[in-house]
Amino acid sequence: MSNDFSRVAEVSSGELGARSRFLRVLHIDLWLVLPLLMLSIGGLFVLYSASGQSDVMLGAQMRNIAVAMAVLLITAQFRVETLRSVSLYIFLLAMLLLVAVLFFGVGAKGAQRWLSLGFIRFQPSEIMKVAMPLALAWWLSKEALPPNFRALVTAFAMVALPSGLILQQPDLGTSLLVATSGLAAIYMAGIQWRYIFSVMALGIASIWPAWVFVLKDYQKQRVLTLFNPESDRLGAGWNIIQSKTAIGSGGWEGLGWTQGSQAQLEFLPEGHTDFIIAVLAEEFGFRGVSLLFLVYALILGRGLVITWRAQSSFTRLLAGALVATFFFGLVVNLAMVSGLLPVVGVPLPMVSYGGTAMVSMMIAFGMLMAISTEKPVTRAMR
Amino acid sequence: MARQLNQMQDWARETRITHGRVTVLAVMMVLAMLGLLYRYFFLQVVQNEEYRAQSDRNRIAVRTVAPTRGVIVDRSGNLLAVNTPSFTLAITPERADDLDAVLTSLRDLLGLSETDIELFTEARKRRRPLSPVPLKYRLTDEELAVIAVNKHVLSGVSVLSELTRHYPEGDLLGHALGYVGRIGIDDIDASEKDAYRGISHIGKVGLEAYYEDALKGRVGVSRIETNARGVELKVIDRIEPVPGAHLTLHLDVGLQRVATSAMGNMRGAVVAMDPKTGGVLSSVSNPRYDPNKFVNGISFSDYAGLRDSRDAPLLNRVIQGQYPPASTIKPMLGLAGLNREVITIDTVVPDPGYYQLPGDPRRYRDWILRVRGTGHAEEMNLRDSIAQSCDVYFYELANRLGIDAIAESLDVFGIGSLTGVDLPSEKRGILPSTEWKRRVIGSNWYGGETLIVGIGQGYMLATPMQLAVATTALATRGTAFKPSLVAAVDGTPVQPEALLTVSAAAEYWDEVFAGMVDTVSSARGTAFGMRSGLAYDVAGKTGTAQVVAIAQDATYDEESLTEYQRNHGWFIAFAPVENPEIVVAVLTENSGGGSSAYPVARAMLDYWMSRDE
Repeated sequence: MSNDFSRVAEVSSGELGARSRFLRVLHIDLWLVLPLLMLSIGGLFVLYSASGQSDVMLGAQMRNIAVAMAVLLITAQFRVETLRSVSLYIFLLAMLLLVAVLFFGVGAKGAQRWLSLGFIRFQPSEIMKVAMPLALAWWLSKEALPPNFRALVTAFAMVALPSGLILQQPDLGTSLLVATSGLAAIYMAGIQWRYIFSVMALGIASIWPAWVFVLKDYQKQRVLTLFNPESDRLGAGWNIIQSKTAIGSGGWEGLGWTQGSQAQLEFLPEGHTDFIIAVLAEEFGFRGVSLLFLVYALILGRGLVITWRAQSSFTRLLAGALVATFFFGLVVNLAMVSGLLPVVGVPLPMVSYGGTAMVSMMIAFGMLMAISTEKPVTRAMR
Repeated sequence: MARQLNQMQDWARETRITHGRVTVLAVMMVLAMLGLLYRYFFLQVVQNEEYRAQSDRNRIAVRTVAPTRGVIVDRSGNLLAVNTPSFTLAITPERADDLDAVLTSLRDLLGLSETDIELFTEARKRRRPLSPVPLKYRLTDEELAVIAVNKHVLSGVSVLSELTRHYPEGDLLGHALGYVGRIGIDDIDASEKDAYRGISHIGKVGLEAYYEDALKGRVGVSRIETNARGVELKVIDRIEPVPGAHLTLHLDVGLQRVATSAMGNMRGAVVAMDPKTGGVLSSVSNPRYDPNKFVNGISFSDYAGLRDSRDAPLLNRVIQGQYPPASTIKPMLGLAGLNREVITIDTVVPDPGYYQLPGDPRRYRDWILRVRGTGHAEEMNLRDSIAQSCDVYFYELANRLGIDAIAESLDVFGIGSLTGVDLPSEKRGILPSTEWKRRVIGSNWYGGETLIVGIGQGYMLATPMQLAVATTALATRGTAFKPSLVAAVDGTPVQPEALLTVSAAAEYWDEVFAGMVDTVSSARGTAFGMRSGLAYDVAGKTGTAQVVAIAQDATYDEESLTEYQRNHGWFIAFAPVENPEIVVAVLTENSGGGSSAYPVARAMLDYWMSRDE
């Protein structure tokens, strides 16, 4: 049977030709890299407009993209086995740093998210975005799938601890993304549907206690505002009203690049970060939005293909978790900007301004490429 | 081998599990992405118009540009109400660091009154956000300098240049023109709010109020693109304001000056009209006030002084003063008697100095009794009775007509009806009748009351404007136009509007006119004193209106009465008698009688008849 796998691999590599072999050596998955490049370069145009034609911001974002692309390529060179063997340590390191944030963290606007090493400031929660799916994939694939109850309890604890630490910083958006990456791995591992439904039921049941005991006032306000933005036009409702107005006024064709009045006249808050899709929607219309959706669909689709083709449980769990997390962040952003979900700080992947999130995302895609370009023989020979 | 096979089986099972999960994940992704795509489609395509409108509301600020208020000129083009540039101190509350501190320092620097602050607070409630609120109007050069020097401590304070209403003739035309004032809460209702955006003043009384819509003009609007912080970026479009219409009055400033100076300190009213059009040539109400004081907020003490004065300077006596018309109605009643054939031209009535109803011991005295101790004559006809203002003749005539015929006869002359002059708040006077008394007083009419009404006393009240209209109807032999101060709006003449017609035979008119001419020109005429040096012929009628009732057998002793109890004097006149050019009605309050009124009319007629035309 091992021969079958080898043959399949040989046939496919034979069809690819010389150029593809070159890409393969460099562990580049063109179907992933091309849409990512399209996104980040297209995003530059939107960002330039959204930032009020700021050359400085454009330059900074180009640098971010360059760094992120380098990170993507570097990460892709890791062998899957290497990733697997270090996953626990990365997770423990990330945990350590999160605890450190608890005591030594710095931050602004009442949130304590950053760790400063003097020469560099970074958010340990971003490291956890990578560490979480790695660790969960490692833990769950150690034993036969689906995981037994004991393994699941440990897995949930591994999800809950860092998520809770990030939540109390407070950083609801990142906490949700981190939790999602872990839960996605558990889902991929084949957790029984009855558990899933039980957790969902538990989640719904815990809405009330969460509302009373967990959510902070500003978070509650965001939820309330979602249902009735007009109740607080100039306060919490402002963002939702302005972003919906920006999106809605775009129409089919949009008002033209740098011509969106909502974005250009500063009515739209956070236009260059979390709400950047509103700028795109206003200036490029529904056509632009559709194109953006298409590119995201390509990335998601390719991610699923890679997951499907991945050769070990570890890689499938990891790939599935990474794709699902990317998907989750995307959906939350698209839904919150269009007024379907409360405003949580989740950027639009690859388009919103900001280097850190882009780098951690590229690490994720680097790992996906490492998985997709993994030599099939490796598995068969084991 | 078995271990390897086992491993192979595990691997296949795990692959199946994860592939299943990927499939479910893929389905979720497709659904979620399609759902979100539809959400954006819904917002962008389905609801596009709403959000486009919302976006425009965000970015477009509407700024109003006040129109120039219409100018008012007299018949010769003399300026009566104009707009002059003035500087206004204003505060934009949002831009002031500490509003209270700014107000306090302004109060110290400029001596602002509590009223200024109150009006400011009031105005603040009505304005748009980020727009300046006026605090003090008509800054002097000195005040401008003080503001400029202290600019650094006056955050949010600005000096606006604008046009403000000015009345060059001051108190000469206060009552007729009225004035504009700052718009108060009650001055406009919600439906007019847009039409007044950017306009600070509104006509409050007089012509300024009556012609408010024409004078106001239309507010200009410019749409300006602003960003979220309210910074103006560019003008999108602009509708220029339409200036208000200019009013040309029939009024003649020269005649007005003559009338005013002839009235001197006397309280009272004068109105002169062109009988051919109903155009009001002059309208004086004494005492007067200066309308300029009201334009930018009169001080409370000044206002209280005007409001509470016993002389009621704010009352426009021409249309709001109601007085017994007294003997001025005698020509009209005489005409009514002839028309209804209760008398003829030759009917004579003996005048022993008093009149008695059959079976009634009460004596209704003739005014002549007090002067001469006897009646006018053994036989008084209509002509002489008008000229000499014989009361007894008209007691008899009134008795023959009866109260309701009197009421009907005076009604056709417009007594007791609004004249419809183009001024607000006109009073109607009282034309008593049996029906009126039942309705208003709630009792029956007595025969003796008819006699009193027959000499224009008792319940009957009329305004000077009504008498001017009635006199016009006499002068023109039966046609009077609605009185009008305005001759033309923006150059378009206002067409005279027929108000009333009185029909009578020509010889009846001749007889009544003869009596009115005799009033001035016969030796026994009650206005004989104005005759000397007359260069034209005049028909007139005096009147002496009692303010307090004189008891039976008591005599009217002017010395024993206080000033406010003395009789009012009336004089109505027109000239020339044939084809008259001017009608005058003069009322002098508490002046003793008609002899104080006709000199005013004489001065006006002289001026008018000798003018160059």
